[in-house]
Amino acid sequence: MIVAERKPLTEIIKAVAPFEKVLVLGCGECVTVCMAGGDKEVKETAAAMAIARKKAGKELAVKTQTVERQCEFEYLEAARKLVEEADVVVSLACGVGIQTMNLHYAEVQTLPGVNTTFMGLPLQQGVWVENCLGCGNCVLEDTVGICPIARCSKSMLNGPCGGSQDGKCEVSKETECGWHLIVERLIKFDKLSALSEVKPPKDWATSHSGGPRKMVREDVKL
Amino acid sequence: MSMSNLQKVFASGAFAVTGELGPPKSAERKKIEHHAHLLKGCVDAVNLTDNQTAIVRTSSIACGRILIEEGLDPVIQITCRDRNRIAIQSDVLGAVALGMKNVLCLQGDHANFGNEPSAKNVNDLDSMNLIQSLRRMRDEQLFIGGEKLEAPIDLFIGAVENPFADPFEYRAYRLAKKVEAGADFIQTQAIFDMDRFELWMEKVRQLGIHKKIPIMAGVIPIKSLGAARYMKNNVSGMIVPDAIIDRIKAAENKKEEGVKLCVEMIEHLKTVEGVAGVHIMAVAWEEIVPEITARAGLLPRPKFD
Repeated sequence: MIVAERKPLTEIIKAVAPFEKVLVLGCGECVTVCMAGGDKEVKETAAAMAIARKKAGKELAVKTQTVERQCEFEYLEAARKLVEEADVVVSLACGVGIQTMNLHYAEVQTLPGVNTTFMGLPLQQGVWVENCLGCGNCVLEDTVGICPIARCSKSMLNGPCGGSQDGKCEVSKETECGWHLIVERLIKFDKLSALSEVKPPKDWATSHSGGPRKMVREDVKL
Repeated sequence: MSMSNLQKVFASGAFAVTGELGPPKSAERKKIEHHAHLLKGCVDAVNLTDNQTAIVRTSSIACGRILIEEGLDPVIQITCRDRNRIAIQSDVLGAVALGMKNVLCLQGDHANFGNEPSAKNVNDLDSMNLIQSLRRMRDEQLFIGGEKLEAPIDLFIGAVENPFADPFEYRAYRLAKKVEAGADFIQTQAIFDMDRFELWMEKVRQLGIHKKIPIMAGVIPIKSLGAARYMKNNVSGMIVPDAIIDRIKAAENKKEEGVKLCVEMIEHLKTVEGVAGVHIMAVAWEEIVPEITARAGLLPRPKFD
């Protein structure tokens, strides 16, 4: 899933200061699951905005809605009425959803209400970890299902570096060393010898490094 | 192609000694020269760190040129943290053009250690890729992208390994991998836990790596109790046993105890099969290197015509 975190309320309140009619728009997908931009957070954010405005002695018309999926045009139609009534939209979807809104409703500004943090998974309630950088050339087969690009702080293909100690990364004692996990898992599957091959420099052209990416599939185009 | 002084020492079979110079956080050539003069005659070559611990300093290659002018043999450290493959290959060509030959390939400490924690960590290549790419530039005259160099270059390629990092059981294999990638010599992380180092060397010997290329054992003279504690608690990938901390703590003259400990370690390392030399990292205490090398019986250094 795409993991996000709501921006500090003070930042959101400051961003909507010039506007009178605000729509706070949530998304029913990833941000709902990671508790950053679902219906609950949308209502909280709207209430906080209204209270802050009231404290300042002014009025703010805040409406709320949560669409099923903010990153696809077809789901955005459900919000048309409220979007057209608003001066500005604060989206609590991920960066993809926010941009889809700005594309679909080009006449209205949609501002970000969350910081999109990473692609990852919820390890336990309240804890999410990054595990894919979308590099465009998956190597998980070689590393028994643990990504060295995302899980190693230095994205090494031939790790671990000399800063790995007690299973932790040099960056922080809170961060597991991805390569330590890879080595342990290879030992478990009796495949440690797979590491003896020197991996050549990675072709980063398939990643964002090659420029903003676009995928076209003729077989499914209408 | 002519050999670097360090290469000659290895070829002669003598126990090699290298030092380390940390470039200043300024452009003061005099400081670099001063440190170089302290090391001159005591070591066979001098490592120039590449923005060590991710702190901005004068470039290792610029300092390398100054060392050549002062009559020392530089070992240029190159990390993968700050430059992509275009910049690294370009810098290596520049270093060779300026008369440098010894290059040490490192991954580099993460930027969050240093004075620019907001920097983008590049890591286009990893340290293994760097070794393999330099070998290819030298042996096949090819850039990473496959284009041909217009003329051959000569390099003496060093690599590092850390016996004190984890997972320990993989560390000797990783060293073997670096040799396969193209390393010509090895430097280890600083040793304080001699038992663990010996255990690692045992594995290294089992794999026959010590017969393929020279392995330099790293040592750091401890200047104070604070320095020992700092290394124990704050330097990534380092093990400083409590016994060493206690020994420095108990000593009346801490500096003398640090020197004594370092000399004892060097004396011991000389007897470890497969150790071809010592790399003395007395950064910010360069003036102690003449005393350590003298007391450890490492002087005079071999001279070649």
